[in-house]
Amino acid sequence: MSTDSRIDTSKVATSNGTTAATASKPGPAGSLASWADDRLGLATAMKKNLRKVFPDHWSFMLGEIALWSFVVLLLTGVFLTLWFNPSMGHITYEGSYDQLRGVGMSESMASTLNISFDVRGGLLMRQMHHWAAMIFIASMMVHLLRVAFTGAYRKPRELNWVIGCLLLLLGTLEGFTGYSLPDDLLSGTGVRAADGFLKATPVAGSYMSFLLFGGEFPGESIIPRLYIIHVLLIPGILLALIAAHMLLLVYHKHTQWPGPGRTEQNVVGFPMLPVYAAKAGGFFFMVFGIIAIMGGLLSINPVWKYGPYDPTKVTAGSQPDWYMGWPDGLLRLVPTGWESVIFGYTISWNVMLPILIVPPMMLVILMLLPFIEGWITGDKRDHHLLQRPRNAPTRTAVMVSLMTFYGLAWAAGGNDIIAIKLDLSINQITYFIRVAIFLGPALAFWITRRWCISLQRHDNEKLLHGYETGVITRSPEGQYAERHLPINETSAYTLTARDRDEVYTVGSDTDASGVAAPNSRSEKLRARLSSWMYSHNVQKPTRAELEEARHHAEHEAELQSGLDHPVDGHQFDDHRLRDTDDVPLRDH
Amino acid sequence: MRLLNRTAGRLSRHRRGPLAGLAVLLLGLLISGSLYTVFSPAQADSQPSETEQVAKGKELFLASCSFCHGQNGEGVPTVRDGYQLGPSLVGVGAAAVDFQVGTGRMPMAAPGQQAPRKKVVFNDEEIAALAAYVASLGPGPAIPNESDYSIDDLSEEERQEAISRGGQIFLTNCTACHNFNGAGGAMPRGGYAPSLHGVEPKYIFEAMLTGPQQMPNFSNGNLSPEEKRDVIAYLGSLEETPEYAGFTLGGLGPVSEGLFAWVVGIGGLVGAAVWIASHTTRTKKSKVNA
Repeated sequence: MSTDSRIDTSKVATSNGTTAATASKPGPAGSLASWADDRLGLATAMKKNLRKVFPDHWSFMLGEIALWSFVVLLLTGVFLTLWFNPSMGHITYEGSYDQLRGVGMSESMASTLNISFDVRGGLLMRQMHHWAAMIFIASMMVHLLRVAFTGAYRKPRELNWVIGCLLLLLGTLEGFTGYSLPDDLLSGTGVRAADGFLKATPVAGSYMSFLLFGGEFPGESIIPRLYIIHVLLIPGILLALIAAHMLLLVYHKHTQWPGPGRTEQNVVGFPMLPVYAAKAGGFFFMVFGIIAIMGGLLSINPVWKYGPYDPTKVTAGSQPDWYMGWPDGLLRLVPTGWESVIFGYTISWNVMLPILIVPPMMLVILMLLPFIEGWITGDKRDHHLLQRPRNAPTRTAVMVSLMTFYGLAWAAGGNDIIAIKLDLSINQITYFIRVAIFLGPALAFWITRRWCISLQRHDNEKLLHGYETGVITRSPEGQYAERHLPINETSAYTLTARDRDEVYTVGSDTDASGVAAPNSRSEKLRARLSSWMYSHNVQKPTRAELEEARHHAEHEAELQSGLDHPVDGHQFDDHRLRDTDDVPLRDH
Repeated sequence: MRLLNRTAGRLSRHRRGPLAGLAVLLLGLLISGSLYTVFSPAQADSQPSETEQVAKGKELFLASCSFCHGQNGEGVPTVRDGYQLGPSLVGVGAAAVDFQVGTGRMPMAAPGQQAPRKKVVFNDEEIAALAAYVASLGPGPAIPNESDYSIDDLSEEERQEAISRGGQIFLTNCTACHNFNGAGGAMPRGGYAPSLHGVEPKYIFEAMLTGPQQMPNFSNGNLSPEEKRDVIAYLGSLEETPEYAGFTLGGLGPVSEGLFAWVVGIGGLVGAAVWIASHTTRTKKSKVNA
């Protein structure tokens, strides 16, 4: 963008070089800008930030889906609060929905029905709000996976990773409190389950439950309390954390994929204005549009069919929203009899383990991932260039292994629907997953790691032997061979733009005078883990290997040059043979 | 197939022959005559008597049902204690036969966890005969009349009340297995509560009355005939009510909603992200060298 060179300075200042310049009268936009700048001091901040550069890659926009769906949540949520009545007072429904007319229910349920059937656009807003919530959390998870798989959580971004994990947790809690509000049969069942989870806490459980519900379940307080948590407390924290997340993003600058011209010191991409503002703004409308289409066409949470909550009723297919599905699945997997009685008190391991122990533990593991990795590698450098998943085989395998665990627990949460839709037995699905939840992650880890290492080998082959042209030549002796051609400079640079992995090793346990080195035990563990993480990785070729490969390729090209039809494969592609008097290969 | 083609070809060659018109006329008369014979209202005197029906039913029963239910409908136990090839039919009543055979569940195609609904093998007359025979084995619920499950003779206000009441009875007694939408649900070991969509009111009434397969029995003392009628009215009203909210996604609850959030929502939005990122600042799609 060369806007600077096009500015005609005569419009801004009048000077012949000998007298002082006098500013001409600014236009209306200019005077407004100066008015605001004089009072807010925006110019300094804007000058820098309007030109802030963002690199261009689709995977960098996944977090943006979360941001924009949160905006949709705020907009639709405000609409809903205008009519929703978070009260558990009993009334008789007399609204438009025939099948429930004359049925007693809470005011929150009745106002939800009112929003759905009697407020113009209410049902669309309700459904958009719910779909946006589902997409909000789903996009956070997809964004999290991108960050993890590319190693973007390494120094200096560890704390932003932790903030992201907290956002995921809060989003989940926000979703739970939200879908509990209508006080319909499904959400009431969910609140009852939450009550059970609280009560499964040893010693404090029943006190916590009584405190939250203001007495025995269900009481009359839970909906108003969940409401204020849903519309004030959690959104406030969410907003603050989103702000912190994005301020850190600006402070750290965006990560980028390696490539020619891209270093740890720069960011290559497009500036905020005019390019990224347009792209991001456009993306907001796309997110809004897709959510609006879903809200308009796809039914979600038809509370009128569930009817009002009544503790004596339950419906088949009572599941939480998808993001709570995996703890529900774990709950379904644990055998029912796992309880122990200590001093006359029952400890319900069958509820504690799948709900109160494993999910929080998984969250802590997730938050600690960058710190664990940082400790093992001992890497204290800043990283702004991303890694391809294959170049960190162990990390990639750990993530796939966690995903497998999550996926299996998730599937267990829908075991009844899987059973009826695939004509399977719900018992056998459960037995299978009980075993698979242990074997699956291990198997996934092993397969992924070997897969990544094979891909690394493939990259090295491309660097050293070139790519397969698909051109088969026959030698005078009758031997057939496929011609390989060197890959182009850009690809070769990109493939080699990665660090060599260094396996951490401890020296001797004792120093020269026979005194044990401090922390020798943890250092040994660290060395073992480092070797476990890195020793199988395939390192990129050395400079000598690359030079040799290049001479070999040149020699091959010379042999071909005598032919009247050089079969170099270029008739099929736009790759070029490297110029011999090219700049020497970079040394990494 | 080749043979058919050849026959058709041969026929087609004669379609303009001098006798073709006559042949078509005769064929038409033959078809309309047979159709009349099949569909003409039965004469009063052709209605079989009770005893005749039972005798005919027994014949059908011996041929199609006795292998599992025993030659006298007493049931056939297997070597495993408490297990049967087929249960005793003494006292199940005509309603049970009408339900099981009328929905094609019986005769079973193969032993299994549950008899699935399939194509009906007997005609109405045969089903009536079978029902009469099984009813003769011991007292049991009779096939309900249409007046038992219809709300047509109620006033508009009464109908409205019946539907609301039926909905509450449905949510209390039926949704635990059949789901809030009547879409069905899973039962232990491969069993399932079937979908209630499009099931004729008579069969819903009979199912409640007789408790087929894993379903509990809602006797008239438990749910009065009026309450059964109300449940049927509620289910009917659900089918008549337009889906205000859009496609129901199978009416299965949050699992299918989650699937759509990921596939349509995240799938579509990631697609949009790929699209945006692949379009640079240039308006022309020429190659960028950067």
